[in-house]
Amino acid sequence: MQPRLKIGVLYSRVRVEEKWIFGAMEKRGIDYVRLDDRAIHFDLSNPAPWQEYDAVLERSISYNSGLYALRLLNAFGVPTVNTASVAEICGDKLMTSAALARDGVPQPHNATAFTPEAALEAIEAFGYPVVLKPVVGSWGRLLAKVNDRDAAEAVLEHKSTLGSVQHSVFYIQEYIEKPGRDIRVIVIGDHVLTGMYRKSDHWITNTARGGEGELCPITPEIEDLSLRAAQSVGGGVLAVDLVEHPERGLIVNEINHTMEFHTMQPLSGIDIAGEIVEYTVSVAREYA
Amino acid sequence: MSTVTCPECAAEITLEKGTEVGEIIVCSDCGVDLEIISLEPATVKLAPREEEDWGE
Repeated sequence: MQPRLKIGVLYSRVRVEEKWIFGAMEKRGIDYVRLDDRAIHFDLSNPAPWQEYDAVLERSISYNSGLYALRLLNAFGVPTVNTASVAEICGDKLMTSAALARDGVPQPHNATAFTPEAALEAIEAFGYPVVLKPVVGSWGRLLAKVNDRDAAEAVLEHKSTLGSVQHSVFYIQEYIEKPGRDIRVIVIGDHVLTGMYRKSDHWITNTARGGEGELCPITPEIEDLSLRAAQSVGGGVLAVDLVEHPERGLIVNEINHTMEFHTMQPLSGIDIAGEIVEYTVSVAREYA
Repeated sequence: MSTVTCPECAAEITLEKGTEVGEIIVCSDCGVDLEIISLEPATVKLAPREEEDWGE
């Protein structure tokens, strides 16, 4: 008989995804503990209470809280889904781009600079329009489509004056004339679970910004690219966002490590929460 | 059925079956986000504002 596992679920808010995950845990009779990231604390000289967990599933909304919790848990030897290393890469667009570039995974043309002057030079070299993105951020927040030099100068000055220190890392990306949609693919371990088009008339197609979902058939090309992208950032439970580039075809735009799937689960009819729980259990068993 | 009072506009809100602690609900009168603090008794507070590092 296999030993009874103890799983932690780290969260900030009980969104519908967390409700489904808790439900999937309960359905399987798993001994799990809800860990509100606003209430927990770590005594670094006493990791024992944390080492009682066979695995922790991280679902924090706050990137910082989630990342530091994962770092501590991994340092205590507690397996996590995802690992701190994966969160570190996926939560930072520049680190994601660096991983994809290292592995030759197709992605948008990106550039980075650390001062407004150098960023302007990089933007001019790209040609307009370009997109400026914060390296850390989600839900389509603070993305800027820059159509000309005047706009570039204004946005760069605003970012360097009003933004936090992180905004002085200027992440510049080619603007892609995508066909009013992008593709979100859920990858769990070495398996592509399902995919969805996110459609919008706006250039930001994120469903958090009102984009609509439609089931996307998983072609061999989508499957191969999604798995390569997931592997490049370290693998786990991931949402790989693909864009259809008019000249280059499918490329990887970003990878999310604590993805939302409230549109995708009912659309696909696949129990994504259940699959996440099964994967977490398999990670726990691997290290138990 | 539990009810709570919106701390922003004093509207009375009925909690749906299956509501959980930590869940965010929206006040149907004023539209403010409210976080469920406890279920017995049913208590809410204004939900925290979205932070820069929030996301997926």
